[in-house]
Amino acid sequence: MNQSDSRLILKAEDLKQHYRVKQGFFKPEAVVKAVDGISFNLEKGKTLAVVGESGCGKSTLGRMLTMIETPTEGKLAHLGEDLLALSADAQAKLRQKIQIIFQNPYGSLNPRKKIGAILEEPLVINTKLSKAERKEKALSIMAKVGLKTEHYDRYPHMFSGGQRQRIAIARGLMLDPNVIVADEPVSALDVSVQAQVLNLMMDLQEEFGLSYVFISHDLSVVEHIADDVMVMYLGKVVEQGTREQLFENPKHPYTLALLSSTPQLSPEKRRTRIKLEGELPSPLNPPSGCAFHGRCSYANDRCSSETPMLRLDSEENQEQGHLIACHAVEENRIESLVEGAA
Amino acid sequence: MSLLQLENLSVTFGNFRAVDNISYKVEEGEVLGIVGESGSGKSVSSLSIMGLIDFPGKVSADQLSFDGQDLLAMPEKQRRKLTGSEIAMIFQDPMTSLNPCFTVGYQIIEALKTHQGGSKKELKIRAIELLTQVGIPAPESRLDNYPHQLSGGMSQRVMIAMSIACNPRLLIADEPTTALDVTIQAQIIDLLIDLQREKQMGLVLITHDLALVAEVAHRVIVMYAGQIVESGPASEVFSTPKHPYTQALLASLPESAAGKARLEALPGVVPGQYDRPLGCLLSPRCPYATDYCRKVEPANQGDLDRQVKCHTPLDREGRPAA
Ligand SMILES: Nc1ncnc2c1ncn2[C@@H]1O[C@H](COP(=O)(O)OP(=O)(O)OP(=O)(O)O)[C@@H](O)[C@H]1O
Ligand SMILES: Nc1ncnc2c1ncn2[C@@H]1O[C@H](COP(=O)(O)OP(=O)(O)OP(=O)(O)O)[C@@H](O)[C@H]1O
Ligand code: SF4
Ligand code: SF4
Ligand SMILES: [Mg+2]
Ligand SMILES: [Mg+2]
Repeated sequence: MNQSDSRLILKAEDLKQHYRVKQGFFKPEAVVKAVDGISFNLEKGKTLAVVGESGCGKSTLGRMLTMIETPTEGKLAHLGEDLLALSADAQAKLRQKIQIIFQNPYGSLNPRKKIGAILEEPLVINTKLSKAERKEKALSIMAKVGLKTEHYDRYPHMFSGGQRQRIAIARGLMLDPNVIVADEPVSALDVSVQAQVLNLMMDLQEEFGLSYVFISHDLSVVEHIADDVMVMYLGKVVEQGTREQLFENPKHPYTLALLSSTPQLSPEKRRTRIKLEGELPSPLNPPSGCAFHGRCSYANDRCSSETPMLRLDSEENQEQGHLIACHAVEENRIESLVEGAA
Repeated sequence: MSLLQLENLSVTFGNFRAVDNISYKVEEGEVLGIVGESGSGKSVSSLSIMGLIDFPGKVSADQLSFDGQDLLAMPEKQRRKLTGSEIAMIFQDPMTSLNPCFTVGYQIIEALKTHQGGSKKELKIRAIELLTQVGIPAPESRLDNYPHQLSGGMSQRVMIAMSIACNPRLLIADEPTTALDVTIQAQIIDLLIDLQREKQMGLVLITHDLALVAEVAHRVIVMYAGQIVESGPASEVFSTPKHPYTQALLASLPESAAGKARLEALPGVVPGQYDRPLGCLLSPRCPYATDYCRKVEPANQGDLDRQVKCHTPLDREGRPAA
């Protein structure tokens, strides 16, 4: 890979999104720390996967990256330009470069509009292209995602789930973005159709040099398409690294639990199940210390009082940037426990 | 004698055959996985076993028996008593099957009442026992909760508690974990399998997660557009599939492709009510289809233990028979 390919497209620093929620008449307002300090670098043509359980803040992160929501705190730079400091006008321009695709291909398309109109809408709003030019662009993008010319005049309900997701992807591509935030883009699809859509996304990435932020809870999909992976738990990153680091040398107890809970087709790939106790904690009332301590078999007193920081893994070459937030990993307690059990 | 046996079961809605002549059996202590894409008839076929297909849906079968008793011939009342006690089902959507207007405790106690009776106090103790069994912490405090006060994982546990309330001998679990997070899914599946082993229940596990079935099922049935296209011991079906559809499903999984290689996607989609092809239903999507396939529907080959519905079943190398 040459130098120009590894350009930094999106840089997030300590992004936070804290929501105030009312809890009823007499109770004070509570704060949900939906995203609580997330940083990453996304390079051209690369895929950063964000994984974690329901409610951990994945979609909230997606909404901040696409500027649908303004972060409570933190920095976000696109090609070196600070997105949050820009004027509204300049923001609107840059917003075109970061597009989002939502999970639900049924809900996200206006049922009363034809495919052509759905695709051209962003052009009408954001460009000065003529009607004929808009149609030309729509048809060319449709061809790219495997839709036929005759689909231009059809309504969303006439399409299958996989085709609707293609339409959603096509709409995301209309303004020539360089980053696509895909929020569970294949979760609602059957496996044979999921494969079609994943292939399409990989093809488009190669052709246009797109960068993806790929939000998913399906680790087998993530292992297939990610370059880097970020594991979230209750608004915080607990482990972050390259795909190889996360899948071949996972360290955080929560990552280990996620991996061991994912069913595997081939018996050789199955891991000993790490049984977690209890349910996901409530974000309204997060546990003290490490948010995972109520479900973690390595937890001790320090875990319930002190929040672990995201640190570079001490065992590996530090430049490779494998980050983990866990006291037990830092204290080397996990290795010894695993060996002790063997 | 098998615990459950069905022969040529069909379910039709008007002209549409949602389930098309399927046959299978479940033995005591056996976990049978049913896999297939959305709309392949997994839920409808199970609902028909429970006697829950409403008009205008029609169920027909050469045989549908539980423990040797003919379910279709027995009086309605007797059948209803059987389903619910000896045969239980966990439904695909827990929110639609737990009544939002009643507390969890009330609903479990009602389920127990209809099938076994006992004093109010005894029923309450049994309800707490059941909630403990499915791993709900502080179960006494949960009895007065309404369904909306429970997390997804919790309501799924309550559903399981209700379904095992009467010690069924056969449990049909329709996507019992699909809406749940992986770590919670793993907890629920472990729980189901533990209960199944302990009680030597027959368990029918319906899911579209092939890997899950590969991990826990003894036998597997693959459905496509209302038909069973392949069945057999899970390990065999997954290691050496005989039907092109099973082969394609497995190949399309991300774990089947190395690195960022493209996945082997089966083109097209499952046919619905209006585009059912002639001949073999897979023929428009099958890489091995011949003109003969497009005209003549293949018969099931092999005995019930290892069946395949294809003119040219695949050999051990995954190539169609000559
Ligand atoms: N506008 C809002 N106001 C208050 N709380 C919110 C708001 N949006 C999200 N939250 C809360 O923030 C947390 C993170 O939500 P988010 O939707 O980002 O999770 P997620 O990881 O995408 O979950 P899922 O996998 O279920 O989609 C949740 O607890 C959610 O209830
Ligand atoms: N009451 C009904 N009336 C008409 N058609 C129906 C009815 N119920 C189901 N169907 C149709 O029967 C077919 C089989 O549906 P079924 O719910 O069994 O699929 P499934 O395999 O369970 O799919 P999923 O994985 O999405 O749950 C579908 O085409 C469905 O649209
Ligand atoms: S910090 Fe403690 S509780 Fe948190 S993951 Fe590490 S060992 Fe477990
Ligand atoms: S009968 Fe023909 S079309 Fe059908 S699965 Fe076999 S080879 Fe494919
Ligand atoms: Mg989300
Ligand atoms: Mg179903």
